[in-house]
Amino acid sequence: MSGWISNFMNHPATYLKAGWVQISVSNLIVILLMLTVFALAIFIPFPNEDSGKGKK
Amino acid sequence: MWTARARESWQKNLPIEKLIPDTQPAYVVSWIYVFGVLTIAALSVIIISGLALAFAGPAWYHTSDFGHWVNSLHFWSVQLFFAFMVIHLWGKFWMAAWRGGRIKTWISGAVVFVLSIATGFTGYLIQTNFDSQWIAYEAKDGFNSAGIGAFFNVTNLGQMLLLHVAFLPAVLGLLTLIHVLMVRKRGVVPPIDANSSNTEASR
Amino acid sequence: MSKNLSPKEVFDAKPWTGKLRSYDIIKEGTIAVVVVALLVVSLSFLFGSPDEKSLTFKGWAESNSDNFYATAVQELAGTSGTATYGRPYNEGSDGLNVGPLFLQKWAGVTHRIDAANNFVIEPLMNQVQTPEVKAALTQWSQASVDARTKWATTYDDAITKAEGKLSAIPAGEYGPVPALANGLTQMAKAGSLDAALLSQGGFFQTDSTKQILFFGDGAYLDDAGTAANLQGGTWGMMNETGRYPGQAWLWLYSFWYQIPPFTNEESHPIGANADVYIMVIMGAMSLGLILIPVIPGVRSLPMRIPIHRGIWRSYYQSEGIKRRRK
Repeated sequence: MSGWISNFMNHPATYLKAGWVQISVSNLIVILLMLTVFALAIFIPFPNEDSGKGKK
Repeated sequence: MWTARARESWQKNLPIEKLIPDTQPAYVVSWIYVFGVLTIAALSVIIISGLALAFAGPAWYHTSDFGHWVNSLHFWSVQLFFAFMVIHLWGKFWMAAWRGGRIKTWISGAVVFVLSIATGFTGYLIQTNFDSQWIAYEAKDGFNSAGIGAFFNVTNLGQMLLLHVAFLPAVLGLLTLIHVLMVRKRGVVPPIDANSSNTEASR
Repeated sequence: MSKNLSPKEVFDAKPWTGKLRSYDIIKEGTIAVVVVALLVVSLSFLFGSPDEKSLTFKGWAESNSDNFYATAVQELAGTSGTATYGRPYNEGSDGLNVGPLFLQKWAGVTHRIDAANNFVIEPLMNQVQTPEVKAALTQWSQASVDARTKWATTYDDAITKAEGKLSAIPAGEYGPVPALANGLTQMAKAGSLDAALLSQGGFFQTDSTKQILFFGDGAYLDDAGTAANLQGGTWGMMNETGRYPGQAWLWLYSFWYQIPPFTNEESHPIGANADVYIMVIMGAMSLGLILIPVIPGVRSLPMRIPIHRGIWRSYYQSEGIKRRRK
């Protein structure tokens, strides 16, 4: 658990503020990632080997 | 005998073709469908890393580098679990996946979501570090104000520890299993606007 | 079951009779577990996990001795947060309410805490003490309840008047209270109070309630929470120590604490009882999430906002199904 990244992680977080809204950069990244992944999951085509063959 | 009837009912509702299918309806082609199984995969990593943490006791990870790494596995699998579960929930909402008699499937999934938050919360309380001191002190007021604190005392480490490693995961695991079996029994919900005439036409 | 169902509902409920594609559910599960395990292992190696050391009574008494001392006096005077809390710890107040409902009182006192005895007197008695503290303990135990209260509240008031500055407190009728508070401060500084509060004179103990409650009565824990950005009024419920992501899934629960009337502790009836109102709101909203399929309006959103056209686009294309306006 050494290395500069875990060192970096254990420093006080940065917070973004807009009026009464306040969020840590880490939480914001997590939430934006979730929204992005959700959007990508819908728009990126799923590989479909069988398409058109139509078994019954 | 009810035992024989139970077997018959299982056979009728969940034959192996439904339980472990080798085909899916042709409309099941989207990446959104992988988030259910990803959630379960994250849950299995949570359980395995949690069992490893439980084996050596709740304070082990403060003093052992290996223990701290196992704690990190537990931490990140929980973060992924919630991320996958919420994306799964968004997906199922926009599919209106409760259609066609699948309401109970939605309900069981939503209950699992709420219960997961409670389970995760008890995990934060048993970290035995500054975070858990703070959360215990702050959270007690909400539970006490609703009369829940009398039975669910967030400042009682022993109670939270046992709930987190025994009762809550057992209930969560069971509900997850029921949720998955319900999906297998009823099949994946057909697309919105799909109807019988389309299906006939496609034959 | 089948009565009153629309043809579409009946169709959706029936086993699918249209086109199929091959599928291997075990393969899918295996791939998912492997992918997630690799992801978790990578994240854990890269970032580790938060583990900020727990605070101690020793740390409190050493870094802010006067505040610890003053808190000990409050416990003796019955004016601390714990002593005036009410259920489930004592009858110190009625607690919070939603209108006429005092949910907090229903189950009564289930974890009794006598702040003066549990936090100050018993820990002192369970340890070898200096002659001054011994004499003070004897004087306290032999005095009437009224005399104890008078000493302690007089001293507590004097500390408040002096704004916590112990050196500025004039002499007065404080009885054994200064000696007891001093004895407890020395005990905390030596590092023996943490364990004494937990064990309460016994051997096995797994209930940390008394430690946590006494600890929160002072300024030490609160200041640490503020410094780490964990205060509820600034979305702290979602936050984690260090730069780690927190319980982001608590965003909605945390949200209510940021808006009026919940932000104003002085406003009645809601602000002063924010904890219980927000608990009730979140309970109702959780129930709402669970019951979405039967909530008119919400349940038809997916039909109105056509995200499903993206999810099933290959199906709609191959079947030539246009979107139907409802």
